[in-house]
Amino acid sequence: MNSFLTTNAELLITLVKIALLLFIVLTVNAYLTWFERKVVAHMQSRWGPHRVGPHGLLQPLADGVKFLFKEDPTPAGVDKFVYYLAPLLALALALTGIALIPFGPDPIRLFGHDIYLGIAPPDVNIGILALFAITAMGVYGVALAGWSSNSKYPLMGGLRSSAQMISYELALTMSVVGVLLMAGSFNLKKIIEAQGHHPEWGILGWNIWPQILGFFCFFVAAIAETNRAPFDLPEAESELVAGFHTEYASFKFAMFFIAEYTSMITVSCLCSIMFFGGWLSPFPASWTFTHYFPSAILIPFGVWVIWDGLRYETIFGRIILPGMGTAIAGLGAVLVLLPGVNLFIQGPFWLLLKILIFLFVYVWMRGTLPRFRYDQLMSFGWKLLLPLSIVNVIVTSFVILAKMTWGAK
Amino acid sequence: MTAPLVVFFVLAGLAVIGAVSLILQKHPIHSALSLIVVMIALAGLYLLLGAEFVAAVQIIIYGGAIMVLFVLVIMLLNAGVEEHTSISKMAGAPGLLLVVALAGLVAATIVRSTDSVLSTSQAGDMSSTLEISNMLFKDFVYPFELTSFLILVAVLGAMVLAQREKS
Repeated sequence: MNSFLTTNAELLITLVKIALLLFIVLTVNAYLTWFERKVVAHMQSRWGPHRVGPHGLLQPLADGVKFLFKEDPTPAGVDKFVYYLAPLLALALALTGIALIPFGPDPIRLFGHDIYLGIAPPDVNIGILALFAITAMGVYGVALAGWSSNSKYPLMGGLRSSAQMISYELALTMSVVGVLLMAGSFNLKKIIEAQGHHPEWGILGWNIWPQILGFFCFFVAAIAETNRAPFDLPEAESELVAGFHTEYASFKFAMFFIAEYTSMITVSCLCSIMFFGGWLSPFPASWTFTHYFPSAILIPFGVWVIWDGLRYETIFGRIILPGMGTAIAGLGAVLVLLPGVNLFIQGPFWLLLKILIFLFVYVWMRGTLPRFRYDQLMSFGWKLLLPLSIVNVIVTSFVILAKMTWGAK
Repeated sequence: MTAPLVVFFVLAGLAVIGAVSLILQKHPIHSALSLIVVMIALAGLYLLLGAEFVAAVQIIIYGGAIMVLFVLVIMLLNAGVEEHTSISKMAGAPGLLLVVALAGLVAATIVRSTDSVLSTSQAGDMSSTLEISNMLFKDFVYPFELTSFLILVAVLGAMVLAQREKS
């Protein structure tokens, strides 16, 4: 048994990592729906989910149970194989994408093995290309779901989705070329490291400043690729009932739902990594006091949750919320007390914070922007985004060439 | 059997099954899906040879862009189940002869090659993005530019044809 464990250690570690990441991603997905409903509700002067659990915190659980136990009818005349394949494909590809994201710079040393945060080994040379390959395949989930449902609205949704993906994928890939040129690598870790060449520059060293045009193109094209508002034409509920997933019920619908939210997380990861320095801190490296930033956020937030929980209406909430608050504040306190741990979580903390900010932006846009018309969508993609991203590539190449020719040797 | 060999046979089997299924499927969408399986299996084979860049590009361009276009067109035309006509005379004896000839040619090449499947070398340095771009933009820059010019001509031609249709 022992020899089995030692010879297959890498495999076992990877399996444990996959299980762990799957659990985390699915939980985050569930609470992302809660977050989205809450934020959009507050933007529209409503309360959002409020009945199930304190502040509606158990709503995702209730939704999940409902997804599992609802009747799961298969409509007549569907193409059975493709109909069942489509949600599986969508979910599997979305989850594969997140496996390529590195979540932290340094490995944890456990039992004599360096365990990196993130499933793919950090030296994958084609990191970003592999991610694009997975996104490129992602369209099949939606397109095939629309086609196989044997129904008019889903077919329209599937068609729109395919056309939209083809149009925006060009801009998506072109927009990151600038970043790749600056980093000189497809490796996500190297792309982050290239932004930290001047540790004293902090936030000024990130790609967002020289590549702001690229970021604009990338973020817009990525929203279109993930079929989110204002580019959610494939599921426009005012025209197409629910678009491509109209004929899907119960857990098959949930799979599309999870796939969509997982791609949102992947895109947020990519934005943070490629344009906002990934796990790099926005402060100069010599400002070591900023290492207490995570604690400085966690402790006040935890105290606020305790204070809020003590005044909550229900007894359940008065028990649960202070408990949660104590846990959050306690985590912050532990980080202050253990400098080694504190130093280690700096990278993952900043990356997660950036991802959260991008997820908020996603929800924010959905709460504020109206949906595009289809012809606007097409002309925007082809006539604005694509030329802009090509201009970005040309300008970046010339600047890099100039630096190489006349710059400091 | 070593692990890479197992992976090779799985991928090769997938590619062959996909290719056969592509021909045998009755519905165009199923055929297109089979073709996607072939493309991805081929990408896996490239990856096995250490050609990461080519593998990724294979999936992005063939698996992604081109096949999405195929699927889109099939969906747009709402093509139904294919009608099978009786086999044409050309596909009979001459076709069979050609198939045998091709199979013989491939087999002869494999037999005569000194490397066995087992010892196929990794593509090595030639596969890295740097090497590929050096080759394209230094050694073969004129053929490369000529090809892109040809593609540009084709794009313009398509535009002109589409515009004429409209007016």
